[in-house]
Amino acid sequence: MAISVDSSTEHRLEAAERLVGKPPQSRTRFSWETFLTYLLLSIGAVIMVTPFVWMILTSLKPAAELVQFSFLPVNPTLDNYVEVLGTNSFGQWYFNSILIALISTTSVAFFDTLVGYTLNKFEFPGKTIIFLGILATLMIPTEMLIIPWYNMSVQLGWHQGTMQYWGIVFPGVITAVGIFLMRQFFDGVPNELLDAARIDGMNEFGIFWRIALPLVKPAVAALCIFNFIGNWNAYLWPLIIASSREFYTLPVGLSFFRGESTTQWEKIMTGASLATIPLLIVFILFQRQIIKGIALTGIKG
Amino acid sequence: MKLTLRRRQILWAYLFLSVSLVFFITIRWYPTLLAFNISFRDWNVFKGAGDWVGLANYADIWEDFFKPRSAVRAAFGNTLRYVLFGVPLQLALALSVALLLVRIRQLAGFFRAAYFVPFVTSAVAVAFVWNWLYAPQVGLINQGLKILGLPMQQFLRNPDLALPSITVVAVWRTIGFAIIIFLAGLQQIPDIYYEAAQIDGANRWHMFWRITLPLLNPVIVYLAVLQTIEFLRMFDLVQNMTQGGPLNRTTTVVLEVYNEGFSSYNMGYAAALTVILFGLILAITVFQLRVLSRRVEY
Repeated sequence: MAISVDSSTEHRLEAAERLVGKPPQSRTRFSWETFLTYLLLSIGAVIMVTPFVWMILTSLKPAAELVQFSFLPVNPTLDNYVEVLGTNSFGQWYFNSILIALISTTSVAFFDTLVGYTLNKFEFPGKTIIFLGILATLMIPTEMLIIPWYNMSVQLGWHQGTMQYWGIVFPGVITAVGIFLMRQFFDGVPNELLDAARIDGMNEFGIFWRIALPLVKPAVAALCIFNFIGNWNAYLWPLIIASSREFYTLPVGLSFFRGESTTQWEKIMTGASLATIPLLIVFILFQRQIIKGIALTGIKG
Repeated sequence: MKLTLRRRQILWAYLFLSVSLVFFITIRWYPTLLAFNISFRDWNVFKGAGDWVGLANYADIWEDFFKPRSAVRAAFGNTLRYVLFGVPLQLALALSVALLLVRIRQLAGFFRAAYFVPFVTSAVAVAFVWNWLYAPQVGLINQGLKILGLPMQQFLRNPDLALPSITVVAVWRTIGFAIIIFLAGLQQIPDIYYEAAQIDGANRWHMFWRITLPLLNPVIVYLAVLQTIEFLRMFDLVQNMTQGGPLNRTTTVVLEVYNEGFSSYNMGYAAALTVILFGLILAITVFQLRVLSRRVEY
């Protein structure tokens, strides 16, 4: 019997479900081994979380408290937030980041599922070559494309004015990873169901939209969450294409803000908190779906 | 004219694919070819297509490589170091945490989330948070060293410590991903094997080396390839933590691409660098798949 990670989707679904599911509760007696396991895991968890705790604590301290070392703020204050939000374009950057993540996620959710569905459920000349042509683009690193993209954008005027939004968003409106993923998930939709709808006279788009798509909703949700996070955090391309301050996304804005604040750490940590806290909230809300999605697909956000 | 069902199906398929095909041809394939094209030209974005110079850009890179204090040599050397330190460190730590996590019943969800959090946050924000943790004198880590009576360190300003310090952050940031993939892999190993081994009197150590590790091999290969590519593409953290300094000791290939292409607007040269990076990624992927993916049959 051969065992490999790429076993059937069902098997993986089950394993992913088990991963986030509650394990059977049983009272275990105290043992040094269990104690040591928890101790090691706790030390690791403290290392993972401390930077974020320290970031938020620092953002709540007045500047004077940074040099006289104390872990918790002595006089906690929200002044840093008021000042950073008031004197900078953080509000605008928030808006840009949300807008861009929403546009790209909506587009990805529609086109990736539509193409994945077509490549799974239809037979047509050129299918293999089209599939391989899409799959092969996964081998090309983004870094190699930024120079051509920039040249194209300059020629088409996508690096100026409101077109910058389009300039930032266009490389990510359809993704090969998502298509590949959705193509696999449509395996689970029985062909008989689609044929029955055809006999009832439903058109092909209706069959995709009203019958097939609702059956893969969890996969679409995972795709959307990853895409949203990925776009929210994207840095290199937005840094290159956004030429004026009003069109920066949060990471780009934060990077320039840092350049201006040099060593005012309480301000920099406030900016970092502003960029991080929305994602921490998204993560806490969708934690199970995110982890299950990663276990299931093995794909990075 | 009445279309047969099959004909209609084919038309629908092409209709569904149309927008995406235009996208992949114009936004993926054409720019890929253009990247090669630019790498053979003396290209400045604001002057449009430049003269064909053949391999001159590659020759320039080769020449720069052997100059004293070469930024290009530093970039390739450092990128290799990030991969060689980062990938094994991350895989070893992630596997250890995953092996601990599968043993516990209470709080497993909490720990999983804690290890995963950094993965969803912005690399730019994370870079600044660690800059502050590493800060000389007042930084949290140096305060900790002081309490322990150890000498304080300059971390990111010390040419010898800067690269390892950034590697730690890179490992910290993406370890959660590797842990989850390992956990999923561990859960696919049937309990039967361990039960059989136990009956045969195998101890834990044997079980790990003879069952867990061989059966996890495909997962390890998958993660090694993925994380190697990730480390080869290091940019966000380095640009925001050290800008490649001190003395080019932390600069990376992608950072040089950015500097050459978008600060000096020397785009032919930068494109040639990205072609080399592409070749490296391709070669390493093929190599790792060949060497590491021995199939385990039971």
